[in-house]
Amino acid sequence: MYETTYHRPGSIAEAAAMLSKAADGKLLAGGQTLIPTMKQRLASPSDLVDIGGLAELQGITVGGGTVTIGAGTKHGEVAGSADVAAAIPALGALAEGIGDPHVRQMGTLGGSIANNDPAADYPAAVVGLGATVTTSKRTIAGDDFFTGMFETALDEGEIVTKVAFPVPAKAGYAKFPNPASRYAMVGVMVSKGTDGAVRVAVTGAGPCVFRVPAMEAALAANWSPAALDGIAVSAADLNADIHGSAEYRANLVTVMAKRAVAAAG
Amino acid sequence: MGMEGIGAPVKRKEDRRFITGRGRYTDDIALKDMTYAWFVRSPHAHARIRSIDTSAARAAPGVVGVLTGADLAGDKIGGLICGWMIHSKDGSPMKAGAHPAIAAEVVKHVGDQVAVVIAETRNQARDAAELVVVDYEPLPAIVDPAKSRAAAAPQVHPEAPGNLIYNWGLGDEAATDAALAGAARIVTLDMRNNRLVPNAIEPRAAIGAYDPAEEHYTLYNTSQNPHVARLVLSAFVGVAPEHKLRVVAPDVGGGFGSKIFIYPEETVCLWASRRIGGRPVKWTADRSESFLVDAHGRDHVTHAEMAFDADNRILGLKVHTIANIGAYMSTFSSSVPTYLYATLLSGQYDIPAIYAEVDAVYTHTAPVDAYRGAGRPEATYVVERLMETAARELGVDPAELRRRNFVRSFPHQTPVIMAYDAGDYEAHLDAALKIADYAGFAARKAEAKARGKLRGIGFSCYIEACGIAPSQAVGSLGAGVGLWESAEVRVNPVGTVEVLTGCHSHGQGHETTYAQLVNERLGIPIDQISIVHGDTDKVQFGMGTYGSRSGAVGMSAVLKAIEKVEAKAKKIAAHLMEASEADIVIEGGELKVAGTDKSLPFFQVALAAYTAHNLPAGMEPGLKEGAFYDPTNFTFPAGTYICEVEIDPDTGKTEICSFVAVDDFGKIINPMIVEGQVHGGVTQGLGQALLENCVYDEESGQLITGSMMDYAMPRASDVPSYNVTTTETVCPGNPLGMKGCGEAGAIGSPPALINAITDAIGNNDLSMPATPEKVWRAIRAVA
Repeated sequence: MYETTYHRPGSIAEAAAMLSKAADGKLLAGGQTLIPTMKQRLASPSDLVDIGGLAELQGITVGGGTVTIGAGTKHGEVAGSADVAAAIPALGALAEGIGDPHVRQMGTLGGSIANNDPAADYPAAVVGLGATVTTSKRTIAGDDFFTGMFETALDEGEIVTKVAFPVPAKAGYAKFPNPASRYAMVGVMVSKGTDGAVRVAVTGAGPCVFRVPAMEAALAANWSPAALDGIAVSAADLNADIHGSAEYRANLVTVMAKRAVAAAG
Repeated sequence: MGMEGIGAPVKRKEDRRFITGRGRYTDDIALKDMTYAWFVRSPHAHARIRSIDTSAARAAPGVVGVLTGADLAGDKIGGLICGWMIHSKDGSPMKAGAHPAIAAEVVKHVGDQVAVVIAETRNQARDAAELVVVDYEPLPAIVDPAKSRAAAAPQVHPEAPGNLIYNWGLGDEAATDAALAGAARIVTLDMRNNRLVPNAIEPRAAIGAYDPAEEHYTLYNTSQNPHVARLVLSAFVGVAPEHKLRVVAPDVGGGFGSKIFIYPEETVCLWASRRIGGRPVKWTADRSESFLVDAHGRDHVTHAEMAFDADNRILGLKVHTIANIGAYMSTFSSSVPTYLYATLLSGQYDIPAIYAEVDAVYTHTAPVDAYRGAGRPEATYVVERLMETAARELGVDPAELRRRNFVRSFPHQTPVIMAYDAGDYEAHLDAALKIADYAGFAARKAEAKARGKLRGIGFSCYIEACGIAPSQAVGSLGAGVGLWESAEVRVNPVGTVEVLTGCHSHGQGHETTYAQLVNERLGIPIDQISIVHGDTDKVQFGMGTYGSRSGAVGMSAVLKAIEKVEAKAKKIAAHLMEASEADIVIEGGELKVAGTDKSLPFFQVALAAYTAHNLPAGMEPGLKEGAFYDPTNFTFPAGTYICEVEIDPDTGKTEICSFVAVDDFGKIINPMIVEGQVHGGVTQGLGQALLENCVYDEESGQLITGSMMDYAMPRASDVPSYNVTTTETVCPGNPLGMKGCGEAGAIGSPPALINAITDAIGNNDLSMPATPEKVWRAIRAVA
């Protein structure tokens, strides 16, 4: 690790100010991606602004048909929340499947979506459940938040503060983990809103989380795994690596989507 | 069997310090004025070094020195060696290229050392290492052993034209060809034994410390065999004279073979300490370096043909293997694909004719050497994949085909050197069939099918050879060292005991099992027995721990020393109790006069030996004896493994439903430790078959699987709860009747799993590791 200057602000406003003053500052929350990257010397921020402990970023609240989760909330807290389990069990199950117990005790929702790793789980939840992201400056629709591989709609210095997930009528998440990293080789979140709107969001398969309109239409007409028979995404734009070809990932998208629907009930 | 003697499942004495975080590993050692080394490593698989500019690094904060291959050559430090000479079929010696500890002219794999920076802190050394400017001329690289011999392939060493180190043969080619020609059926298989990264939990580390006043060197090192390290570093590499070099291997966190070898980094730390005036130099690998430069395992490409007669008896076996040695010949690399591999190709079977030919080739990859099983997993994979394939092609039950061909009388001379001394192969096959409920498999398969799953069962009847020996025999086969073991048993005046052994424990539990042997013989509680190992200043000489040798060879040496102690103790006891020496027996910690009520506690005899007030006439004081033990033969552990899997046809994912292991390890000292060894070994083997794969990029030679993000190690959730049991035939070759258990699991398990998966999916064309995508494609290929 290169030398860096560590800061611990007392508020989001102070964090934003510290970040703006730094030559090449980075926000640190759970550190589950940033710290290993720095240890490998692949990142060398001049300053680290640690927002992991900020009280205003913590907590899970349920009300008005929405589950609102502070950006600093750890995966383990979401996985262990009885409120989340009662309102959106698929969201709790998704959090339970992130990384390993160590990662879940440190990693945060805000850190995960701000990093937007193409194989991370949370982007599938944000898009697949039609969530809204609130930042230090504004609110952003989940559909508009993830813009490309490791890219988001966040401006320089903008800090994610919370994510609001509307409680759906039904939702399910199915993940095929990479055997080495346990990130999603393919993860699919499906949901049916209280208004009947269907969402199918895929992570891991492509450079960035994406929706599958053909599957959404089929499920809107017939909410059952069988409705997805014969519906496949094109392999043309999917990821390929030593763990799985694009063709294999395309197959997994359909298989995992069906399993997600089955899990949703 | 007593509570702490042979056969007792005693809890491991050493675990208290390990599980409370109080182990003392090389990296835990801090010497006064210690400096830290960071290696500048090649980013290219193959490149010529045009120039190295170290000036900016030398000027960086905290830097004590920057050394290059030119400095090394200037000090006449020799290259690293391969300690086992193999001759090609044409009689020529193997063609080993130069192996400098720091490359001076050409780098030959990604991670090859080109300079070392020594600084006050590790981070300063690393910072300065980035300032070393190396001007490379990149050259084309070859990483695939199967392609390395092509005329157009890039050359790794000028000494080995066509990248061929040796073309070695074993067995009777003409007889084998005749057997194939006369066969009713020939079963043919092409196989790849995938390349593995060892990944011991403790990365390699070294501290070199030179004392200018005494001109004496000390090396603390993550070594499985500190005496061999001292011998090689002094006699061959020439860093320090043997009598002025102490090598200490303290607690070592796993090795699996990868810490047998003498590597560049420890060589450089020792030398560098002298170069900087005697301040100690510490190097600790990070995990990325472990992936890049620890010796890898396996990497064979094999074509094999097995001939059967009309009664399904094996007539012959012909095998051709290309073995990837990597960019340099590591310490024992030449022996692994030859005498540790082809000699086991007879398996548990009576095969009249076998011929094996091995081409060992250089590639621009990390060196490949022994890794848990070393050659024997590769042999077992060939034989047991062939047997399962044959059963399918011949239309016979795989268990019965094996049974029909088992060796049944002992000793049995195979056509490939080995003389099996004892075994009962049907006993473990029958036990495994029963435990696995083989009879109920069809019903389980049908039930799985109803759930949409493909269920399969696979066998592996492995044999292996441990305790490589005798020394004279391995010497005649090219080994540069003898493979005996030494021990010393020191009885203290108060009757407590220290056992010094040349073996080295790095997870095996010697502090417990060796004490159990002493307890068995002398009746002393194991908490009054200390095991001393891993320090060349304490233990006179020894060959270390690998090849499952520490029981069969190491403990036999301890037993010999105990017997000498017993003999002397009996003489003293007889003298003190005025009895005949022949009437003295040792029982329950006492020396007794048989048939009387006269006895002396052991500690009183020990005290008498050291006070020397009343010893038999002419007897030297003291009670301390040493012994060297050279085995008369290898030992031959064998067993049957049965694996049952279910495949998800939609994803190709394999679930291992059950794994039955029935092993014959001969006499067992501690069944709990043996069970742990089988669990660990089987998990490593299943990891190879299902998950692990070391991959280099074909074009660039870059290591693609350079971290745990891409190299899939097995986790607890990947494997089932094992069903482990043993049968026993006593090994006649050593006094304790032991065979060895450290590697069996890794040797026997991979073919069992691949046989099970291919059975489930009805397609035999599947290579390791059986990733979900490969299995999914194999299912679709036959759908």
